[in-house]
Amino acid sequence: MATPPVKVYGPPLSTAVSRVLVCLLEKDVPFQLVPVNMAKMEHKKPDYIKMQPFGQVPAFQDDDITLFESRAICRYIAEKYPNKGTAGLFGTNPLVKASIDQWLEAESQSFNPPSSVLTFQLVFAPLMKLKQDEALIKQNEAKLEKVLDVYENRLGSSRYLAGDEFTLADLSHLPNTQFLVEKTDKAELFTSRKNVGRWWSEISTRPAWKKVVEMQNA
Amino acid sequence: MVVKVYGPAYASPKRVLLCLVEKEIDFETVPVDLIAGENLTPEYLKLQPFGSLPVIQDGDYTLFESRAIIRYYAEKYKTQGTDLLGKTLEDQGLVNQWLEVEAHNYHPPLLNLVLHIMFSPHFGIVRNEQVIKESEEKLAKVLDVYEDRLSKSKYLAGDFFSLADLSHIPFTSYLVGPVGKEYMIKERKHVSAWWDDISSRPSWLKVLEICK
Repeated sequence: MATPPVKVYGPPLSTAVSRVLVCLLEKDVPFQLVPVNMAKMEHKKPDYIKMQPFGQVPAFQDDDITLFESRAICRYIAEKYPNKGTAGLFGTNPLVKASIDQWLEAESQSFNPPSSVLTFQLVFAPLMKLKQDEALIKQNEAKLEKVLDVYENRLGSSRYLAGDEFTLADLSHLPNTQFLVEKTDKAELFTSRKNVGRWWSEISTRPAWKKVVEMQNA
Repeated sequence: MVVKVYGPAYASPKRVLLCLVEKEIDFETVPVDLIAGENLTPEYLKLQPFGSLPVIQDGDYTLFESRAIIRYYAEKYKTQGTDLLGKTLEDQGLVNQWLEVEAHNYHPPLLNLVLHIMFSPHFGIVRNEQVIKESEEKLAKVLDVYEDRLSKSKYLAGDFFSLADLSHIPFTSYLVGPVGKEYMIKERKHVSAWWDDISSRPSWLKVLEICK
């Protein structure tokens, strides 16, 4: 079998890497996952920095381009393969696409910051034997609650964030939420909110995401 | 009917105004006073449920998040005014990449500097010198990467001015102005040349004029 032209660099446990993996799986685009050992600082070595000058994961390559930033990679994949796999991932007309983009930006600007801090503090810091910052946890939990209140309201009148279909906007939330719900005592933030809970159980049981979780647990 | 842009006095809405001017799209502005809490009224929250600026109304269509808004107009009016997206799918990929870099790497430390130096004590911000110091250090590291990139490429995504460069203008204008850290730009030869270029575009001068 020929080696797929698409390469993703980084560990599947990384939230940003898993965001790209789930997008590729939803779009049925074959790829090769190239490991990057972050404990050994491989992401800061010259060969990697050539691809990603900030020394962050993931990096992405196909025949035509090298790209970084997981949400830019997801947009590129969805635009390059509009008719493959889950077709409506980035909408089928400009107005729908803009609404998806709006919620993808909301994830990026409002959901990601507090949920990333909580994921780091509650999941990764203990693994790395780092001391947790209780004040930071409290502060970011409060921020996340406010964001989830907005989502609770939105998801009361819309099945998914951007409308009736699962899109990149919902997909982008999978990585951090998976950690918070499954690996911390903060699952309640999501499950105690009726609409958010319903939305989470729908999006997290999609086959593509289940496959990524398997890769993370391998 | 003309596009309405809310909150022109502030930086994020200026991303949208810049884009609309570059694309030769007519618009109106609607003032929103953050200090008076006008972004937290029920009317405003109906439009933008997070209480952030900007939001636009285009007839019946409402859209928030400045980077989503500029992508929408840049694509909708691709053949009119300045092409801010590039010619190929790959060009567009690079534009989106650097727009994400701006959103995740450049903007957060710069926003801290803006909030602590310009806006404290409003919005519950207590000026914190440690936050200022750490944010400046983070931003300096990002600017070092930009310096390297801009030594090989005239603009961030390639040889064309794009949404990626545009997105930097409003907050960088705060950095070199009221935040008082112009040296961060000036000390880096290629970043400095890039900033001189993009900040002297007629569109930025027009936005500053409108928002006076």
